Amino acid sequence: MEYFIQQFINGITLGGVYALIALGYTMVYGVIQLINFAHGEFFAAGGYMGVILLAYMTGAGYLETHPFLCIAGAGVLTMAYTAFLAMGVERMAYKPLRYASRLSLLVSALGMSIFLSNGLMLTQGVFDKPYPSELTHGGFEIGPISVGYLQVIIVGMTAVLLVGLNILVFKTRIGMAMRATAQDKIMSSLVSISSNRIIALTFAIGAGLAACAGMMTGFYYGSVRYDMGFVPGIKAFAAAVLGGIGNITGAMLGGVIIGMVEVFGAAYISGQYKDVFAFIIMIAVLYFKPTGIMGENVDDTRV
Amino acid sequence: MIRECKKVLKPFVLGLLWLLALLWPLLGIHPDGTLSFANAFQVWLYIAAVAFVCVFLYVLNKSGNLDFAARPAAVLHGRVSEAAGRIPAKAWIGLLLGFALIYPQITGRYEQDVAINVLIYICLGLGLNIVIGLAGMLDLGYIAFYGVGAYSYALLNTNFGISFWFSLPFAAVLAALAGCIIGYPTLRMRGDYLAIVTLGFGEIVRLILNNWMTLTNGPNGILGIDPPSFYFLSFDGGLSFEHLYLKKLHYLYYIALFLAVFTIIAVRRLNFSRIGRAWESIREDETAAELMGVNTFLLKLLAYAMGAVFAGLAGAFFSARMRFVSPESFTFLESALVLAMVVLGGMASIPGIILGVMALIVLPEVFREFELYRMLAVGGAMTVMMVFKPRGLIPAKRVGTRSEEKEG
Amino acid sequence: MAAPLLELQDVHASYGSIKALKGISLTVYPGEIVAMIGANGAGKSTTLMTICGIVQVQKGDIFYRGTSIKGTPPETLPPLGLCQVPEGRRIFPRLTVRENLELGAFYRRERTAIDRDIDQAYSFFPILKERRNQQGGTLSGGEQQMLAIARALMSRPKLLLMDEPSLGLAPKIVQKIFDIIAEINKEGTTILLVEQNANLALQTAQRGYVLETGAISMEDQAATLLDNPDIRKAYLGE
Repeated sequence: MEYFIQQFINGITLGGVYALIALGYTMVYGVIQLINFAHGEFFAAGGYMGVILLAYMTGAGYLETHPFLCIAGAGVLTMAYTAFLAMGVERMAYKPLRYASRLSLLVSALGMSIFLSNGLMLTQGVFDKPYPSELTHGGFEIGPISVGYLQVIIVGMTAVLLVGLNILVFKTRIGMAMRATAQDKIMSSLVSISSNRIIALTFAIGAGLAACAGMMTGFYYGSVRYDMGFVPGIKAFAAAVLGGIGNITGAMLGGVIIGMVEVFGAAYISGQYKDVFAFIIMIAVLYFKPTGIMGENVDDTRV
Repeated sequence: MIRECKKVLKPFVLGLLWLLALLWPLLGIHPDGTLSFANAFQVWLYIAAVAFVCVFLYVLNKSGNLDFAARPAAVLHGRVSEAAGRIPAKAWIGLLLGFALIYPQITGRYEQDVAINVLIYICLGLGLNIVIGLAGMLDLGYIAFYGVGAYSYALLNTNFGISFWFSLPFAAVLAALAGCIIGYPTLRMRGDYLAIVTLGFGEIVRLILNNWMTLTNGPNGILGIDPPSFYFLSFDGGLSFEHLYLKKLHYLYYIALFLAVFTIIAVRRLNFSRIGRAWESIREDETAAELMGVNTFLLKLLAYAMGAVFAGLAGAFFSARMRFVSPESFTFLESALVLAMVVLGGMASIPGIILGVMALIVLPEVFREFELYRMLAVGGAMTVMMVFKPRGLIPAKRVGTRSEEKEG
Repeated sequence: MAAPLLELQDVHASYGSIKALKGISLTVYPGEIVAMIGANGAGKSTTLMTICGIVQVQKGDIFYRGTSIKGTPPETLPPLGLCQVPEGRRIFPRLTVRENLELGAFYRRERTAIDRDIDQAYSFFPILKERRNQQGGTLSGGEQQMLAIARALMSRPKLLLMDEPSLGLAPKIVQKIFDIIAEINKEGTTILLVEQNANLALQTAQRGYVLETGAISMEDQAATLLDNPDIRKAYLGE
């Protein structure tokens, strides 16, 4: 039982990270019906930007004197930077293809993904970059179950971001415009919503969340690598599909479920095949219920 | 000239500055806190230089300053194609085939090695073309079938000592079977979902190859696979069969050439057959095809299986040539590379795909010192191609609009 | 006569690879209801979409209040007072009725005025008030048409383009919608009305244009067009 609860906590942590990445997929799919293959690279870029900023702060000596301020600052800068990156990618690789065939758009996204991950490799090298671990080390114990501070921070941070996103999308004027753009781009431009701006904004928000997830992953596993975006990217997409693509609440739920499945699969079935479980779930969901567990309105023309 | 320059220059400069702004913080600061910009500037300068050349040519062409070269070139091109048209196509193909046949006699080891690579990738590219170009289904896990073919021969050979030629049909059949297994659950999906599911399947196959230690020896791979061999009648010391292994590179070249030519002929015949037309109708409009009585379910499955057959053949040859297989060779990047070849050359266009394969195999060999930049260029080229010339270098003649293009 | 509110000069446009408009010239003066009738595929909807900047003008020019609006992005037009109720109504199906109305006033910032306009819309269309928290997609056809009109009015248009407001509606509701159109016009909004129901459209409008395969084949006072035997034969089924 303790083992189960322990795994449950690990699953929640991992699931939170997947949920943050999955949101970017689902939001972008919602507005332009594109599987943004480059999204995993935004996640990786966030991880790198985080480690670079933190290292710089360490070098300048600030990290020791104001650790939390530094990490928070690095987080905000990383998210902003990655959002900027995503807007640029959208502008260059996707915007010219707004009225092209879906296959062209998909291939373009794939090209961008390969371009970005190789760019990261060329400039950062193929080796792992370590995250500073002494700050986030430690934890507490409830009976036999140990909980890392970092896990609490990740889950808490994820929850805050998810609530914030929900407020943004469902309670604000901009959020309303985003939902309108997702439903009918022509009509939303007829009510004077600039769909290009909304699309750029969607990319920026999704990439910002992914960047935050990238930093958290860096802290959690202690290092980042240039190809760290690929597998979590697919898993997060699986999460988005599981929750019903285009559905924000679904993506959050899907992320947590995929995280749980991976952790429990690794714990109780086989650690070697942990990556396989997420893929099998994705395939099964797409086969049996393509609209996902939360989605109800994905019509044939959109898929 | 000046006006065009200004129009193009502004977004160009802005784009490059944007890129620099992005690259600067990411590249300039090392994780140990020191600053250095050499690497950042080097990468940026390469990209900027390539972009500048492209923009420069574009501007010159737009403003007509290239006319001195472009016009005679166009005239020359017209004359050449006119002259080429007078010689029957069969003669051209004969000439090409003749060249391919004497190629190993006039070149060295290295050139033959590259040529074998080109031929393998032609098999792969054309096989993938059946799925993407003809039936219009984006398959991102195609390399899995290549892996199935390679491991089929490797296992059959190392465990049961079955020779290359007997294993070849097995490899093809097993790959086709894998194609059906993967194809079956994905047939209900369209477009992007299909892409991501095939990607997932490809990864699952690789993970199985990587983790099933007892069968595949995991990440260490399988060593000591026999090269292709021939049986000769031998008369010394009574009548017996002699086993001759074809270890010499140019024998391997001829086998690869045989496979590639077989693939080209097969894909061409499929393309212009009843089945090929049915595939194309599925690509253009699946619903309409179904209403016209095309059995879309069976035909899509067949497209998967046929595509997989050629990958299986190429895979078996690959393991026979390397005499070693490991899961390393069947990563997603390989799938992407094959896809890039098909896309760059032109979907559904056989000469286009051959050109695409040449471009992506031969060019990196020519520019060896930029080896590291290969995948960067591949990725960039895919995006640039889609933005500017979505139908590829040599577009297929018979490609209409895709059904999903029609919706707003 | 006053200066025209909207003027199309020899407008050409394509829809995909099909040449949909082959030189449309038309004028709308302030305060009018102008009807544009024509068969399916004559280019009526494309004309409206071209005016709104969704379909690009290839040749010719479009003037709104004296300035060219050719090539301006569609989202900049509602602030100028040019608004469209598109064909098929295009309600945002998964937004509530109230959200749909708020989106109509998207470019406007003054909160109190928007709230007042929403209340006014509710008093104009009481059914919408009843359904204000329902998703747009769950409304009936007539209710959706009312919502589409109300949404367009939220932007306080000077010129309202209406595309097939009678499409797919029961005759009783069609009559009601046309009464509403006349009332909106009476309150000072100019209307360019595209309709297949030529009879109703010409009865409501002051002037009319007849579109045939992408070109204007006839223009006149609405009453004159109604009496024209050719029109009666071709579009009124006599």
